[in-house]
Amino acid sequence: MSAPSENMPITVPATRAKPLLIRHLPYFIGAAIVVALAATMRFDGYILNILMQATTFAIAVFGLSVVLGLCGQINLAQAAFFGFGAYAVGIGTSDYHISYWLCLAAGCLMALVAGAVLGMSTLRLGGHYLAMVTISFQQIVTLVMINAIWLTHGPDGVPRIGRPDLFQNSQSYLAFCVAMLALVGYFVWHLPDTRLGRAMRAVRDNELAAGVVGIDVFRTKVYAFALSAVLGGLAGGLFAGGFAYVSPDQFSFAESIVFLTMSLLGGVASPIGSAIGTGLLILIPEWLRFLKSVPGLYLAIYGLSVILIIRFMPDGIWGFINVATQRWRSQIKAPPAAATLQLKPATVSGDTVLEVTSLSKYFGGLKAVDGVDIAVKRGSVHALIGPNGSGKTTTLNVLSGLYKATSGKILLDGTDITDMQPHQRTAAGLGRTFQNIRLFRSMTALENVEIGAERPGNTLIGKGGDAALSERAMEALTFVGLGPRANELISSFSYGHQRLIEIARALAANPTLLLLDEPAAGLNSSEKLELHELLKRIAAQGLTILIIDHDMTLVAEAAQHITVLNFGRRIADGESMAVLRHPDVVSAYLGTE
Amino acid sequence: MDLALQLLFTGIGIGAVYALVALGFVLIFRATNVVNFAQGEFSMVAAYLMVVFAVDLGWPYWLSFLLSLAGMALLGAIFNLGVYYPLRHRTFLPVIIATIGASILLANSVLAIYGPQPQVLEGWFETPGIQLGPVYLDSQYLLIIAVTMILVVFNYWFFEHTMLGKKLQATSQDKEMASLLGISVSTMIMITFIYSAVLGGLAGILVAPILFVSIQMGSTIALKAFAATIIGGFGDVAGAIIGGLALGIIETFGAAYISVPYKDGFAFLVLVLFLVFRPQGIFGERVAEKA
Repeated sequence: MSAPSENMPITVPATRAKPLLIRHLPYFIGAAIVVALAATMRFDGYILNILMQATTFAIAVFGLSVVLGLCGQINLAQAAFFGFGAYAVGIGTSDYHISYWLCLAAGCLMALVAGAVLGMSTLRLGGHYLAMVTISFQQIVTLVMINAIWLTHGPDGVPRIGRPDLFQNSQSYLAFCVAMLALVGYFVWHLPDTRLGRAMRAVRDNELAAGVVGIDVFRTKVYAFALSAVLGGLAGGLFAGGFAYVSPDQFSFAESIVFLTMSLLGGVASPIGSAIGTGLLILIPEWLRFLKSVPGLYLAIYGLSVILIIRFMPDGIWGFINVATQRWRSQIKAPPAAATLQLKPATVSGDTVLEVTSLSKYFGGLKAVDGVDIAVKRGSVHALIGPNGSGKTTTLNVLSGLYKATSGKILLDGTDITDMQPHQRTAAGLGRTFQNIRLFRSMTALENVEIGAERPGNTLIGKGGDAALSERAMEALTFVGLGPRANELISSFSYGHQRLIEIARALAANPTLLLLDEPAAGLNSSEKLELHELLKRIAAQGLTILIIDHDMTLVAEAAQHITVLNFGRRIADGESMAVLRHPDVVSAYLGTE
Repeated sequence: MDLALQLLFTGIGIGAVYALVALGFVLIFRATNVVNFAQGEFSMVAAYLMVVFAVDLGWPYWLSFLLSLAGMALLGAIFNLGVYYPLRHRTFLPVIIATIGASILLANSVLAIYGPQPQVLEGWFETPGIQLGPVYLDSQYLLIIAVTMILVVFNYWFFEHTMLGKKLQATSQDKEMASLLGISVSTMIMITFIYSAVLGGLAGILVAPILFVSIQMGSTIALKAFAATIIGGFGDVAGAIIGGLALGIIETFGAAYISVPYKDGFAFLVLVLFLVFRPQGIFGERVAEKA
């Protein structure tokens, strides 16, 4: 699945030195002022209600910005999760007289569990399933709210909902909600630059590549989904306390669509956009109250807006503003110079880094790879060649875990990786590039390489702090000659340079074995020379390389050892020159007389 | 036992409706690789068109029927031009969000025009039904089953034995190659949307006399139809039909023996069970999206 990178705005991180909390101090000061204003300004009841609604809804919409904006997964049940929090606080404080805080926590927990279970049952499958399953879930929750009268009071709703003792009056409760909004907003704003946030963006941009650079794609999606559900639950709990009354129609599918529209209108990828969208869609209906006299008219307009936004303004209002003001903002900062890249491939077992034994991959009746043996010596450059359709790329895909082997065994530095997921193989020390480049397109070169550097088990990044990661990534980019352009977006690089960034991403992870899938394909002759130089420099640091390529000159010069495949079988194996003169190899490439 | 037979008949009847809508889902999915979340609203709109022509205007049933289907063909075309076509080069997420928007737009426009009061539509036949041994065969259910059977046969003949059907298949399998062979891909996709809208509309008109004609009928039917496609195996035509029938039967028995208010919940339960234990469905076609 390719994620909708086209929809997502672009953040260019500046290099940071000061500790996070100090750099973000202005945010907290601003937030404190707003909270103080909310607590002290005298609002009439009507304004207070609007502010309360906007504040709590915005938190729920932040949840959507995490799951949809950051991770590219859809959630059409946000109103149901919102309802979990609201009913937990409602029923708990009103019927059972339990402490507000306990109820709020319970509501968040219920939303978390429901979100996690829903995500785990569906997120291995494609996005269509998720959309339909969340709609179904939403309908079920509404059914229960209406029919389980003994628990939920049915359509009558839950009245007399309590608030915490500390915030009994409406004004102070609003201030409390605004403070929560500020906290959640800070978290969501900061999330994209954390390890989890980067993983989410990587999954959104390119799921396949995310797995191969060491990200547990499924777990990342479940985290994003559960996080969005928790924020929904939290928002619902706050909402229930604010309005003291909840009923099923406030948490229907239509409300989920309202949340979605808010998120899309403002700009799904950023909390600022979410806040803008929420504010607008709460204020506009208040101004146009007369439209409410016709049932359905509002939602019809929302439906139309969704279509129009997706068509004409896919990044929402905030994305639009971002693009429009781009030219006035500071130029891309030049990154600091970096030290020389160190490659210290792990050495656990003996002389053989990769040992493949009678590996097979069948697609139905087609034997794409049929009983192949490969042994790659430590520190060597080993080439896997063969005519088109000989099974080279299939072999590579089985090695990196994108395909499951039908039979056979793969040992990487003594570890059996045959049954591992792609990200586990990467953690075990495998790095690879793709024939058709798979970079995370909404990110900068540096961020792409940082995600590579973050490989679990990479010993060269210390504890894996941000500074260590970006230093390691800068070293890798400098190594391939693109250091000065580290903060540019992927789309501004030529094809050849994108290929180098892919190699840098793999190198930053300090792999034990590097798999290169046709690295010379599509390169011009001077780029090929550069690539050849690069391979020499990599090999000089003792990193073992398994390369697939059609370029015989490159293969003959770079590789000491060659394995030749044809029709999925190994037809020759040995020292380069001897193999290239082997009669079977000659006839496979040139035909027999 | 008698009750079980009766329930089986009803289940097959209602399942046939799900099957028709599911078929519309699958055809659009195969042609465009996108799930149309407004498929259920096609059924709802068609039922309301019938109410307009046959009840409000009092025109003959057959004429109203033909006009409604013509209206659906038009709606399918507008839907394609307004919702799918402008986004055809984008990834699947914007497209499904747009179809969700369209579904909300359709349902609530009808609500704004007609109000929330459910409407009643008479069945096609004067005779309410016939008693066959222990089982009472409702004429509308008989009609639904007959029409579905005819459509399944027609569908098979159309896709396997006509040139247009083969062109549609070629388009759904490889758009680029199809266009290189001189097939107009955009025309084929247009035909698919029109055909799917008519199928969905037909299901809506057939089921309307059994249910009330209401705004919610679209989303309810869509949900069941989607569950049916997953049960049968996503993207598989035979699977959609078997899945629809299976779901109709499960749901009818569930409502009779377990709980009426949660009747609509059984589809979800079955859906989740399939997703967890057999995501490829009964016929097991394609689970993962194209890489």
